[in-house]
Parts: sequence; C-alpha cells; structure tokens
Amino acid sequence: MKTTTALATLMMLGLTTPALAEIRIGASISATGPAAFLGDPQVKTLEMLVEELNANGGINGETLRLIHYDDGGDPNKARTFATRLIEDDEVVAIIGGTTTGATMSILSVAEDAEIPFISLAGAIEIIDPVRPFTFKTPHTDRMACQKIFEDIQARGFSNVAMISGTDGFGASMQAQCKEVIGDYGLTLVADESYNPTDADMTAQLTKIRNTADVEALVNPGFGQGPAIVTRNYAQLGLDIPFYQSHGVASNGFIELAGADAAEGVRLPGTALLVADILPDDDPQKEIALAYKTAFEDKTGTPVSTFGGYAHDAFLILTDAIGRAGSAEPQAIRDAIEATEGLVGTTGTYTFSPEDHLGLDLSAFRMLEIRNGTWTLVE
Amino acid sequence: MSELLQFLFSGVTVGAVYALVALGFTIIYNASDVVNFAQGEFVMLGGMITFAAHAAGLPLPLAAISAIVLTAALGVAMNKLAIEPARGAPVVSLIIITIGASIFIQGAAQIAFGKQIHSYPAFSGDTPIRVAGATILPQSLWVIGGAVAVFIALWLFFTRTLLGRAVLATSNNRLAAQLVGINTNFVMTLSFALSAGIGALAGVLATPITLTAYNVGIAFALKGFAGAMLGGMGNPKGALVGGFAIGLIEALTAGYLSSTYKDAAAFVVILAVLFFMPQGLFGRKSTDRV
Repeated sequence: MKTTTALATLMMLGLTTPALAEIRIGASISATGPAAFLGDPQVKTLEMLVEELNANGGINGETLRLIHYDDGGDPNKARTFATRLIEDDEVVAIIGGTTTGATMSILSVAEDAEIPFISLAGAIEIIDPVRPFTFKTPHTDRMACQKIFEDIQARGFSNVAMISGTDGFGASMQAQCKEVIGDYGLTLVADESYNPTDADMTAQLTKIRNTADVEALVNPGFGQGPAIVTRNYAQLGLDIPFYQSHGVASNGFIELAGADAAEGVRLPGTALLVADILPDDDPQKEIALAYKTAFEDKTGTPVSTFGGYAHDAFLILTDAIGRAGSAEPQAIRDAIEATEGLVGTTGTYTFSPEDHLGLDLSAFRMLEIRNGTWTLVE
Repeated sequence: MSELLQFLFSGVTVGAVYALVALGFTIIYNASDVVNFAQGEFVMLGGMITFAAHAAGLPLPLAAISAIVLTAALGVAMNKLAIEPARGAPVVSLIIITIGASIFIQGAAQIAFGKQIHSYPAFSGDTPIRVAGATILPQSLWVIGGAVAVFIALWLFFTRTLLGRAVLATSNNRLAAQLVGINTNFVMTLSFALSAGIGALAGVLATPITLTAYNVGIAFALKGFAGAMLGGMGNPKGALVGGFAIGLIEALTAGYLSSTYKDAAAFVVILAVLFFMPQGLFGRKSTDRV
C-alpha cells in the first residue's frame, strides 16, 4: 500500500524514469473450457515462476513480463491470440497451446513470424516433421504406448485388450498404440471404446473378459472416463494386469477411482508424481520436489503433470535466454536448440536440429498404485 | 447368460440416470411448453453442492438435502429473474433463455467449485452385488429406486392432485387457467422449484457412479432430453421408459455389436420411433379445436 502511494506520488510529479527494460513472453493457454483441467495448473505455474524469477532479479538483469490469454481450447481463438501476442504485445517467445488443436494454430503463426514457441500439448505431429521455431515439453502419446508395451512384454504377456475414450486424447493414443504394438511382438485381441461422458463401461469390459486369452488391459483416456473404467474393472472382479495412460497421472485419479479399485493399476508417469519417493541420487528429485512444494504452498491444490509441462517450458525458455545473453527471437531459438542435459520435472531435455522434443523413454517412470499411493516399478 | 445379465445391469444403471434426468424435464414442460435446457445444470449442482457440503464436514444425508433445497431455490430464482420478466415471449425465446441460464450456471459453478472432477462415497458401500454371475453396484439400485419413486410421485401429482391439474391447465391455456382462478405465476414458480429439485436429486444419486464436474450438465441434459423425447415429452411414464430404453440400447449394442456404434444405435432408434410416432411412445396427441 505504501509503495503504491509512493509510486503514485512519483508519477504525479513526473519523476518516474521510463519503464525499465523488460523481456516480454507470451502465453495462450486453455485456462477455461474443456481442457481447463490441464490449462488451469499451467497458468498458475507460469504466474508463480515469473513472480519468483523477478523477485530473484530477473534474467540478464532484465525483468520478465508474462502476457497470457485464455484460448478456452479453441484453435481459432488460439490463432487470434498468437497473432495479438506477436503483433501488439511484441513478445519474444510464446509458451502454450494446452491442446493439440490450439498448438497447431499457434505454431503456424509463430513459424511465419519466426518467434520461438514451446508447446504444452501431446501429439507427435507438433514436432514431426521438425519445424525450426516449434518445440514441445510433454512426451508423445506414442512414447506412453511404447513404455506400456515394453512393460507388458517384460512381464511375459502377449495378448492385449484396449478400451479407449473417444475424446481427442483417447482416440489419438489408441491410434498410436495400434501403430507400435507390433514392434513389441504383442497382439491386440480386443479394441473397445467409450464416450468420455459415459457412466458405465461394464458392457465393454464384459466383452473383453469373454475374449479368449486376454492377458493385459490398456485404457488410453483422460478425465472421468478412466476412473469409471477402473471402478467397473473392480466391480466385475477382473484380475488381468491393468494399465492406465499418463493422461490420468494425478492423485485425483486414485481418489476418484477409489484406492481399492485402483490397487495394482500401472501407468507411465513423470518423476513429479513420485518426487518424494525418488532415490536421493535421482537427478530429477531436487527440481521435482522444489516445484511440487512451491506450487502446493502457493495454490493449495496438488501438483499435476500438466503444470509440470509449463514448468519445464518456462525452464527451457529462461535457460535459453540466459545462455543467449540476448532477447532476440532468433538467438533464443538457437539457444533452445542447443539445450543439453537440462533437468526438468518431466525429464532431461537435450534438443538437436533433428529433435525438438528432447526426451526419450527414460523420462517416463512405470508407476504402480499400491495402498492408495504411487510406487515405482523397478 | 451371465453375459446378457451383465449387459442388462449396465443398461439399467445408465438408463436410470437418463430416466431421472428426463423426469426433471416433464414438470416445466407441462407448465409452460418450455424445454428447460438448464435441467442438466440442476443435475450437476445436485452433485457438486453435495460434494462441497460433504467435504465441508456435513454428514452425507444432510449434504444431499441441502443440495436439493439450494438447487430448488436456484430454480425459483431462475424463474423470477430470467423467465418471468420475459413473460409473453414466444416459447422459442424462453428456451433460448434457458440455454443462457445454463451457460451462466456452468460458468458460476466453475468459479465456485473449481475445474476438478469430484465424487463422494456411495450410500451403501462399493461392494458389488452378485446375481447369477453378473454384478451390479448398490448405488445403481439407489438410482433405479430414485427414478421409480420420482415417477410414481409425479404420476400421482399430475393425475390425482388439484395442483397437478392446475399445472396442466396452465400449460394448456394460460389465460383460461387464470380465468378459472389458477395463480399461474405460482404454478410457474412451483414447477421450476420441483424440476430443479428433481434434477438435483438425480445428481445426488448418480454422482457416486458418474462422478461430477462443472461441465457434466450438458451431457446429462442431452441424454435426458433424448429419453424424454423418445418416451413423449411431458409424460412421466414416457420419461421413465425412454430413459431406460436408451440405456439398454446403448449397453446391448456395446456388448453384442461394437462400442463404436452404441451412441449411433440409440439415436437411430430414436429417429425411427419419432418418424412413425412424432409424439413419442406415450406423448399426448395435440388436438386443436377450430
């Protein structure tokens, strides 16, 4: 209050110096709409990190300013906001695109304007083929499938059933899984789906149960669907190994499905979820735990993998600006591409001109739910 | 055999939820010919308020009652603030107003309750009941029981009570109803309160199965509306039969054909029925005197 009054007085006297040099970064995130579940922690994370960074003196002596818009998951709005960020707000880099649809809109604008863009969405199309100015932080769906199939293969099973949500996430992952399943010598013996708003999936699961030789069940999906599938799985007393996707990697999932029903469920997750049980020599332990503590203290809500994607995007960007020693878009882009061994909450990033995702399968940890909490599968 | 039974259990579980939502449409429709598209939001509020009250420490039955009462009050407020001022407007305008109210309630719920998915414990535990090799959750029986109870209550209300007949009279001809001494404003307020209360009850009973979030209302409203249309809009018997029918068609299609076609199958049946019986299975025939 005192500072405000002091500032106001100064301004009235015309004594304020022109605005200090600042680096402007933009964000277009789905804080509302169908993907609000993902976007909400992302916005909160970015705001928190910018505040923290400026309190510690900014980058290269300049303060960072975040300009963010809520695209509501709508690709058309995302395109408008990306254009506004570049033309009106004159940002030097953009973070955002919570959904793949929004990301595809932003990337075309960013590529035209040659502004570096770090996406927070999953699809492989974002970085394949590689576009010069577009990077992304989350693993791809394909990697989640590979991680799951690797585990099924290691346990000696070969016949897999899938039950997938028909939402964008579920459908995309289902398609990716079908593409890579052959690489692991596995056979898809049942392929069922459900609508994300459905209240009961026992019919599909009964059908799967009656399929001969099913040895493992995979559920690519997101939101409440997988929680209901897990409850129905327990209701029917199924006992084949059950895999969920990284789309439900949060404590909320265990709570919704119920600890009893979720017992024994495995899924590929990030280090963030298991920050407190990682061994002390794990390179990701420190950063994951620091982000988790800061986020939970600040917002009072549990940390999520999706907020972690925004955390890592911000880390990659500020690290690149710091190394570039300049806030020119081209210099930032070159510095991002030269990132090597940067430890984030999702994994350790090493970008190259051919790889704008920078993660490999080791970034995923195979987790298992035991007694209502996450454990690491060795 | 146990397979068929499991599909049927799945169908009635889902169908009971649709039927309960469909029943909520009937009263407002009977009083004013308005299809209230905010009905799904009442269902969402029933679940959300129960969750919030339960999380705040209220015992579950008390939380459920408070959710129903609060939602009914909101229904009254919606009638007073949004519908009544537009009295005299064509039915289509009123329907559009209810869509606006639905968007408003959804936005407010997003701010008040957050964007997370919520649930609360089932009323009688989670241990499935086994019947001849198939299983059903105790909560499904609560939903089925709720749907049947609401149906009986509504049936008695519309056929056996003066007030129920007053509601039907208001819908039939508002002016004539006023002339014979029916307080049509009161009838409208009452119908909104009852509809919202039934919607909230649906949400209270269904949430342990379906889970809830600020945006689940639309899906509930669409399936409930489809059920009500199939059975015949405004007829409680139609709402009950229509809701269960859609649930069963979906489950049997998912079980015997493919889950890919289950939504399509339900809508094909609805289209076919409406093509031959535009009033729905139990709809009243409209006769205009000239």
